[in-house]
Amino acid sequence: MHEVGIASSILEAGRDETARRPGAKLMGICVRVGVLSGVDVDALRFAFDCITAETEDEKVVLTTEKCPRVNRCESCCHEFSSLEASPFTDAPCPRCHATSTSFVSGDQLDIASIEVEEP
Amino acid sequence: MTVVRVEQKVLNENQRIALDLRRRFEEHDILCLNFVSSPGSGKTTLLECTLAAFGPEEKIAVLTGDLQTENDARRLARYGFPVQQIVTGGVCHLDGKMIERHLEAWSLDDIDVLFIENVGNLVCPSSYDLGEEAKIVLLSVTEGEDKPLKYPSIFHKSTLLILTKVDLLPYVPFDIEAAKANARQVNPDIEILEVACSTGKGMDEWRAWLEKRRSKRQSAAAGGAISAKNERV
Repeated sequence: MHEVGIASSILEAGRDETARRPGAKLMGICVRVGVLSGVDVDALRFAFDCITAETEDEKVVLTTEKCPRVNRCESCCHEFSSLEASPFTDAPCPRCHATSTSFVSGDQLDIASIEVEEP
Repeated sequence: MTVVRVEQKVLNENQRIALDLRRRFEEHDILCLNFVSSPGSGKTTLLECTLAAFGPEEKIAVLTGDLQTENDARRLARYGFPVQQIVTGGVCHLDGKMIERHLEAWSLDDIDVLFIENVGNLVCPSSYDLGEEAKIVLLSVTEGEDKPLKYPSIFHKSTLLILTKVDLLPYVPFDIEAAKANARQVNPDIEILEVACSTGKGMDEWRAWLEKRRSKRQSAAAGGAISAKNERV
């Protein structure tokens, strides 16, 4: 729902980073999207294509890397991941089967890198 | 083609503003609470009941967000405290910049508690930090008890869950214990209160929660003042 705003922030950050390299042209942006970030990847791509269509950034390619939810078992400290958003916690540990686990990561929404063409 | 590592949050700019807002709230000893829920869960009604219980000498302020209309600001302004409507014009959440801009109209010294009523939406507001001390998520008993599992992010990031409209429990098939268990599944530390604004049930507990947070903020502020004094010595 808010993917247009997110897409604009991504494009803006990509442009800012490109502007720091004289003469460079922005060609691609790679973002990491956690399964718990609340951002839908398909909607984000659609939004990105919409805001760049018929602009100088039309050829900028958005690449998304989906990041899993990572939980840590409170009894054996084993960390395990899943591409399913739920459950945040209380997912049984695959190693010792304890049900008390804590949330480690999976809500990230980060720009990993950009691709630029340099003169 | 050159690949440049960037490694920054997409919402870096919002995060920068939110950190600045949080620093300003701390400097002015303001308790800022961000209310989130789906539309119709009773955020405005809870705020009305909350404001009605404050004496006129209290320094309370409210920012209320909606896509359109000033209806909520009108409802909340009846209690005599400063209220501003943030009309987002279609944007489905409040962001740091909107808060920053609307605060320009007020002197922060005149505020002890700032309530922010976010746009009714369980998805997008979870991505935007507004510099608040805590997010409070409302879930009414006319919604499904599985909402915390369907929208985990917002429940994960909230400090307090307020189950609203509990006076309707006899008439709706809402399993309140299941709702609590679901919320604790996504956030084991979440605090939970039950309220019904129409009967006043749970309002004392909610007020107590609020006062506890206020005194915590004030003692933190006093501690800060002492350490600042010590630094000067």
